[in-house]
Amino acid sequence: MLAKSLTRWLQQNLGFAAAILLLVVLCLVYNILHPRGFSSAVAIQNSNEAVAIVFVAMAQTLPVLLGGLDLSVGAVMTLTNCIASELLHGSPAQILLGVVVTLLSGTAFGLMNGIIVVYGRIQPIIATLATGAIAIGLALLVRPKPGGDVDEDLSWALTNSVADFAETYGIADGGQAWWLSPFADIPVPVILVIVVAALVWIPFRRSVTGRTVYAIGSAEGSAYMSGLPINRAKIAAFTLGGFLAACGGLYLAIQTSSGNADIQQAGAYTLNSIAAVVLGGTSLLGGSGGAIGSLVGALILRVISFYFRILDIDPLLQPLIEGVVLLTAVSFGAFRTLRVKNKLDLFR
Amino acid sequence: MRRLVSAENKPIAIALGFILVILLIGTGYTLSTTGTAPLLSPNYLLQQLQIGAFLGICAAGIMMVILLGHIDLSIPWTLTAAAMTATAIGGDMAVPTALAVGVAVGLVNGIGVAWLRIPSMIFTLGVDTVLRGLMVAQTGGFAPQDTATPLMVFLAKERLLGIPAAIFVWAAVSLAIVVILTRTGFGRAIYATGSREAAAYLSGIHTRWVILGAFVVSGVCAAIAGILLAGYSAKAYQGMGNVYLLPAIAAVVLGGTHILGGRGRYIGTLIGVILIVLLNSVLSIMQMPEAGRQIIYGAVIIAMLLVYGRNQRVLS
Amino acid sequence: MTDVIIEYRGISKHFSGIRALEDVDFACSAGSIHGILGENGAGKSTLIKIMSGVLQPDAGEIRLEGRPVAFASPRAAGDTGIICMFQELSLIPDLTVADNLSISDPPRRLGLIDRRAQKARAEKLLARVRCEDVDPNALVRELSLSRRQMIEIAKALGRDPKVLILDEATSALTARDVQTVYDLLADLKSKGVASLFISHRMHEVDALCDTLSVFRNGRHIETFAKGEKNGREIVKLMIGRDVEAQFPPRPPARQQAQEDQPLLQVSGLTWEDRLNGIDLSVARGEIVGLGGLDGQGQKELLLALFGVLEHVGGEIAIAGQRGGPASPAAAKSGSTRMALVPEDRKTEGLMLGMSIADNLLAACQARISRGPFIDPQRARQAVADGIAKLQIKAGSPRDAVMTLSGGNQQKVVIAKWLMIDPDIILLNDPTRGIDVGTKQEIYRLMRDLADAGKAILFYSSDYAELIGCCDRVAVLYGGRVVSEQSGDGITEESLVAASLNIDPRAA
Repeated sequence: MLAKSLTRWLQQNLGFAAAILLLVVLCLVYNILHPRGFSSAVAIQNSNEAVAIVFVAMAQTLPVLLGGLDLSVGAVMTLTNCIASELLHGSPAQILLGVVVTLLSGTAFGLMNGIIVVYGRIQPIIATLATGAIAIGLALLVRPKPGGDVDEDLSWALTNSVADFAETYGIADGGQAWWLSPFADIPVPVILVIVVAALVWIPFRRSVTGRTVYAIGSAEGSAYMSGLPINRAKIAAFTLGGFLAACGGLYLAIQTSSGNADIQQAGAYTLNSIAAVVLGGTSLLGGSGGAIGSLVGALILRVISFYFRILDIDPLLQPLIEGVVLLTAVSFGAFRTLRVKNKLDLFR
Repeated sequence: MRRLVSAENKPIAIALGFILVILLIGTGYTLSTTGTAPLLSPNYLLQQLQIGAFLGICAAGIMMVILLGHIDLSIPWTLTAAAMTATAIGGDMAVPTALAVGVAVGLVNGIGVAWLRIPSMIFTLGVDTVLRGLMVAQTGGFAPQDTATPLMVFLAKERLLGIPAAIFVWAAVSLAIVVILTRTGFGRAIYATGSREAAAYLSGIHTRWVILGAFVVSGVCAAIAGILLAGYSAKAYQGMGNVYLLPAIAAVVLGGTHILGGRGRYIGTLIGVILIVLLNSVLSIMQMPEAGRQIIYGAVIIAMLLVYGRNQRVLS
Repeated sequence: MTDVIIEYRGISKHFSGIRALEDVDFACSAGSIHGILGENGAGKSTLIKIMSGVLQPDAGEIRLEGRPVAFASPRAAGDTGIICMFQELSLIPDLTVADNLSISDPPRRLGLIDRRAQKARAEKLLARVRCEDVDPNALVRELSLSRRQMIEIAKALGRDPKVLILDEATSALTARDVQTVYDLLADLKSKGVASLFISHRMHEVDALCDTLSVFRNGRHIETFAKGEKNGREIVKLMIGRDVEAQFPPRPPARQQAQEDQPLLQVSGLTWEDRLNGIDLSVARGEIVGLGGLDGQGQKELLLALFGVLEHVGGEIAIAGQRGGPASPAAAKSGSTRMALVPEDRKTEGLMLGMSIADNLLAACQARISRGPFIDPQRARQAVADGIAKLQIKAGSPRDAVMTLSGGNQQKVVIAKWLMIDPDIILLNDPTRGIDVGTKQEIYRLMRDLADAGKAILFYSSDYAELIGCCDRVAVLYGGRVVSEQSGDGITEESLVAASLNIDPRAA
């Protein structure tokens, strides 16, 4: 019975399973090759660098599930990054307020995207191309020059291990408590990603709205026939995308203690998010996949780049290898074409 | 009235209106601050169009792909790769080699999209990344030391009969695209395929070859833009094409080409490019900081599309 | 026949000038199984769409249990207990069976979908339709058409219907599943649910329903209790006495045509599970009809001949040459040219957003070009000829083809193909949804083309057309030719009987 349902799950999530397998292999080999592999320090450094793209990839997943695309995710992340770099200092209450404002601004931006797409009836890709420019403009208003003022304790605590976190804030006997020891070496960013995924994505996926997002991407006509709330789901998808992008921006500000309204960087994040979504097994046609897959996809992209640090490969080859991996991965989708018996099915 | 401004021409008419508004605002601004009207001087406009040629040629190419309902995200590094190859090769073969780079990229894109049927969004993105990788590996990540050939410099910078040569190149590319789109079977097949690929296929159109051809045109246009841009800057440099992709897409869409394919006229794309170029130059005359530029830029696109959308709904 | 549960009064619906329903009065009682009969295009599906809230009527009133109601969406209709099982399935392919069964109102805990409860519910519903073999966690995409149809029925059952509409609910089912559906409907009947059963299968309607209503040409003709009329009388009601369409005279059966080598010869054609060994031939000057119920392989046969399908088994010979075309592009070129007027005018026949001229020229680029360039003179001439030849009523050739009426759109599709001067013309239900006048023009055109030596293969879902237009008719059932009739031997009775694959003498 268990074997049967496992087989079933594998069939239904082939892309996702392949992505996980690839990630596990990449991570294992990486840690074996690394002179200080399997150590907390290595894990902390690498996970810090992966968080922002992970969140942005998760943000991109929602519009893609609808069958659309959000070209503004990188820009929204940049905007929230700049907002956070202005606000995350002062008293704990002020910092908390800053966190809330940062996340709300990203969410509001996502909401705006959703409203423009649904009520303005503009294709998501074009609407978000334009709102992305607006987001970058706002980011430049907030922070014309790179820099920022982020509370040092916060920055230290959130970019290190759980033990360091506890020590910084003097909880659990400054990180020495016996019950904390099994988790002490886990990097805080990993916890953050897991918490957001568990508290935001999983409930969303199990809500009627979330299911409607899948239904719209899979067969919008049938979703309508079944009486599902189509407009609400579309707006919710973009809004949640905005929130997740804001999580990315917030963390980037904490990690780098600064904000940077860099257009190139925003564009790179957007494009990498699309790649991560596809690598994670989500179909660009919509309807199947999920944010957890995108999380894995983003990690794959990042781990590949970590290899260049430890192997004696010319770092200049990095973009080339990334590109080849991406092209190879998506080309597996071509097998579908070979199975098609009625050529008209190719056009649907 | 309905005949005069058909549904297809409406976006073009609106875009023209926006151009007028931009010119009026810009001129009003300069008159009130310096008492001059540089925006209306032919020389200034020609200079702006010379810079606009790079964008215009990219937009012409990507329009072919957008008409099919696809997209070409590999423009930035196709442009850069062509420019770098041209400067590296040098001599008489510089320009032909750069064009060959464009053709090759277009062929790869076309095969991936038409035969493997991988969504163009992701396939061309992958090709773009690979090209970047190749160029970075090739040049060592630095700006190449090679310089543009005299021909490239001439095409980009010199004037012919008082008009920048780049504008002639742009005009030639435009003419070619217009002829392809309106006067050849290939052009009509692009519209048919973009409009409804199944119907085009059942009409006996070789839709795969049509897709391939459009990507090749897009690649070649990016290569031409790369040649000109390298000539203009006297050299090629990393990331030189990055700023052209999104404005090119925006110009095509603002010109009334439907992002899902099948509809759009080249004159619209031309006007879309001019609109974006003028918007940029007015904003720089106003010494608008980058922040304001981006916001206005995005707001204008949204506003125009909302206006277009309203018209479409009234018609349907 | 006691308490009326839902009542429709004076319902009318028009689509761009074409009448789909005209002043229909119709009522349905609780605790009954009500069969709705009618030919293709009689207005049944429009009625169902109005009932289920997909369409809103242009005129008329709906009363549910005596109170007037109006449904703005399928959701609104569903909330009042009117549940429809659509012919084109309303399932979401990328969601699981359990998800689909509870799609409109899933069981929730703390606001989130309770997957365990959902699965339990799914298992219960699946057991009710005797589909225990279906895994609730399977994706709908993975299921066969017949299983999907059962899931669709289970989904409808799960919404506690007061009025259950089954639109061709059994078209893909096996005998065992059909029996399950019978039992379910009998059970619902005893619980006071009104079921509306729409089917082309006469024997099913006969076995199942207690009341029958016949529709024809958008009108409700008659409602009567089962047993009041025999099969022959019912068929007559469905066909109607008034012959609507005038057909050009059929030339006397041409003996010599049989002796010639047929232009198109098909033997043992197979493809997937849709074509199971088709034998057929069409000679020059001949119109051969394809009959039978929808979905018996007619469409696939035409696509296979036109080179659209991969891995087609059996043999196609064109003008004595073995081997069919590899693609539509190959089919339309060469010495013996082929044309296909496809099933769906809007998605397969036309580029709706493009101009009439562009659509007319879509298949004949090579003929109007010099080298790569289109000769505008020749293009203009060709467009003018095409418009004149088929008398397409259009303001300007530059207007978008979607501004035309359905009949004129279909003329554009046909004119497009006449431009390449085809030798073999494949027609897939070319008169569906178009007005009578245009239909007659198309009939005349077909005969003219045949007289000019073309070979025509013509699928129609309208028996009258097959009788009026064709020299011979091959009736398909389950991907096979089950009956071939010719000349005056083609009658409505014989066609209906052959379509249902029953012996005509038994009807």
